[in-house]
Amino acid sequence: MTALSHAITQGSLTSGRLPKFATPVAAVAGAILGFALAVIFGGGNLGLAVLLAYLIFLVAMEIAARVIEGPRQAADRRARHLIVGAFLLALLPLASVIFEVLSKGMARFDIGFFTQSMRNVVGKGGGAVHAIYGTLYVTGMATLISVPIGLLTAIYLAEYGIRNRLSKAITFFVDVMTGVPSIVAGLFAYALMGLLVGPGTRSGFSGSIALSVLMIPVVVRSSEELLRLVPNELREAAYALGVPKWLTIVKVVLPTAISGLVSGVILAIARVIGETAPLLIAAGFTASLNNNLFANPMMTLPVFVFDSYAHPGTDVQAYWDRAWAGALTLILIVMLLNLIGRLIARRFAPKTR
Amino acid sequence: MTAKLSSTPVGSAAAQPKPGPDPKRPGEAVFRGLATGAGILILVILALVASFLLIQGGPALFADPAKLATQGYGEFVSWVLPFAFGTVWAALLALLIAVPVAIGIALFISHYAPRKLAQPLGYLIDLLAAVPSVVFGLWGSVVLAPAMLPLFTTLNSSLGFIPLFAGQVSGTGRTILTVAVVLATMILPIITSLCREVFLQAPRLHEEAALALGATRWEMIKMAVLPFARPGMIAAVMLGLGRALGETMAVTMVLSGSRNITLELLTSQNPNTIAATIAQNFAEAFGLKTSQLIAAGLVLFLITLAVNSIARWIVARRAQYSGAN
Repeated sequence: MTALSHAITQGSLTSGRLPKFATPVAAVAGAILGFALAVIFGGGNLGLAVLLAYLIFLVAMEIAARVIEGPRQAADRRARHLIVGAFLLALLPLASVIFEVLSKGMARFDIGFFTQSMRNVVGKGGGAVHAIYGTLYVTGMATLISVPIGLLTAIYLAEYGIRNRLSKAITFFVDVMTGVPSIVAGLFAYALMGLLVGPGTRSGFSGSIALSVLMIPVVVRSSEELLRLVPNELREAAYALGVPKWLTIVKVVLPTAISGLVSGVILAIARVIGETAPLLIAAGFTASLNNNLFANPMMTLPVFVFDSYAHPGTDVQAYWDRAWAGALTLILIVMLLNLIGRLIARRFAPKTR
Repeated sequence: MTAKLSSTPVGSAAAQPKPGPDPKRPGEAVFRGLATGAGILILVILALVASFLLIQGGPALFADPAKLATQGYGEFVSWVLPFAFGTVWAALLALLIAVPVAIGIALFISHYAPRKLAQPLGYLIDLLAAVPSVVFGLWGSVVLAPAMLPLFTTLNSSLGFIPLFAGQVSGTGRTILTVAVVLATMILPIITSLCREVFLQAPRLHEEAALALGATRWEMIKMAVLPFARPGMIAAVMLGLGRALGETMAVTMVLSGSRNITLELLTSQNPNTIAATIAQNFAEAFGLKTSQLIAAGLVLFLITLAVNSIARWIVARRAQYSGAN
């Protein structure tokens, strides 16, 4: 209120406010001071410089705002600067990850990487074709298992069991399933195959089961949401024509929501294709191409990245280069899937009105 | 003929089915059965997850401690406790870092960023969620750990009297604090997107009323947005916690872990997590050791189950009582 009375006595609406250029000026001054201090005292550490610059900026603005505008406005400015700072801080790891993966991954991002396996390769050369095939097989199989189960469950939740006890239980446990740690899913698949086939079984199919446990809840959640978006008028129109409920669902509800369903499935694939821990347990390691999903360990791309990094041979650099190239491939696949999923969702969004 | 004619409508009226599945059209029953069966299958799968872990982990849970000492990793509870501590400790540290940042980002996107930029900026943060955990592990151990070293030595030399920062600083930077930063980065998009959603749901009229009474934007957020969003924020934090507890690869690749309970953040003696222990030892394990690792997985499952259930319960309670619906 002091600011207000101050403004009234001054007889101007703009007095008692910091001028608009105050923020950029303080930012530039803070940056210069921060970098200077970092060079003098911190040996030119960039992180320290940015941190100091930010702190100097915060303190300067706080003092200026408190003196000229009063404590309430100062608090408002402080909150805004902290919030913007938090956002910029989060961009740091994102930029760093993308930069490092690009710069380190390009070294082996060549034709050999996509045409050779690691069979009989020690040191340089070799590639990840066995892992890429494995990832496609395992994720494909997981999709084949999860989509029917997930979609049918979503249909049950949205169309049949509306607000009954079973659907409430399913909704709750689907939520619980979303939180199952990925490594536990791997242990489950390993234990299941151990009982069904024999102890110590590792195969691509086992990996698919592990991924399905992680993928089903994602598919259920996204599909259910989309089925609920389909306007009830469409269903009622079909019923009025004497179409049975199941045909209404198959011929009317699903086609209306199809784009969203497809994009939901693609996003679910993107979510599990980068999973490492369950495949480490359930699908195992191998250096060779394995085209049989049901026997012998199968290499996958995330496990390849982990294995190349964690168990390098004598020529460490060659293994690490392959690990980064694998990481780059993986990121590209996941981002591509995300992009496709979002594009489909946006372009063909169901017309609810 | 007339009798026949007149009997037809009567007969069809008698055959008029009660509402329910038509016996001549099995499609309905089959489809309904399929959908219900899929739903029940999910319950069965979850029950199977728990029971298979119990069956395969059981031998270690109920084995003679002496036998475990020779054929396994040692007595179960004393073996798993440090790892359970490490799991919770790393996840809590990650939360401590991630929550303020995530809430800041969510507020930035929902209430500060220009309207047109909000959506793309949200996607930018979601990109973080698209980075696979193994890539974060690679990045954390190769890039982040060395970069954290100067900070660690500074913290240790200037704040070493605080137990958290005491001890001999790790030479590689692969400490639990680095792990916490990586985990925080990984759970950031989850917490952010959930918080963003609840912030956007805050009643418009309350916000405008606060602004009309002369509140600054921050006061408006404090008075109208945050109280409304608190249950949603708690749930988001719990879900982030659940993810951090179960995260495997980042910890496996970044942490040089051991089996001890310590609060020191900067030394090379870090408590390992359950998930990382399983991942690191599973390939070489056999017999009782495998059982013991699976039993550890069961412990992890129960911890995350508890955390997630609490989160869901908070969400459900809010959905029932909030004025939003």
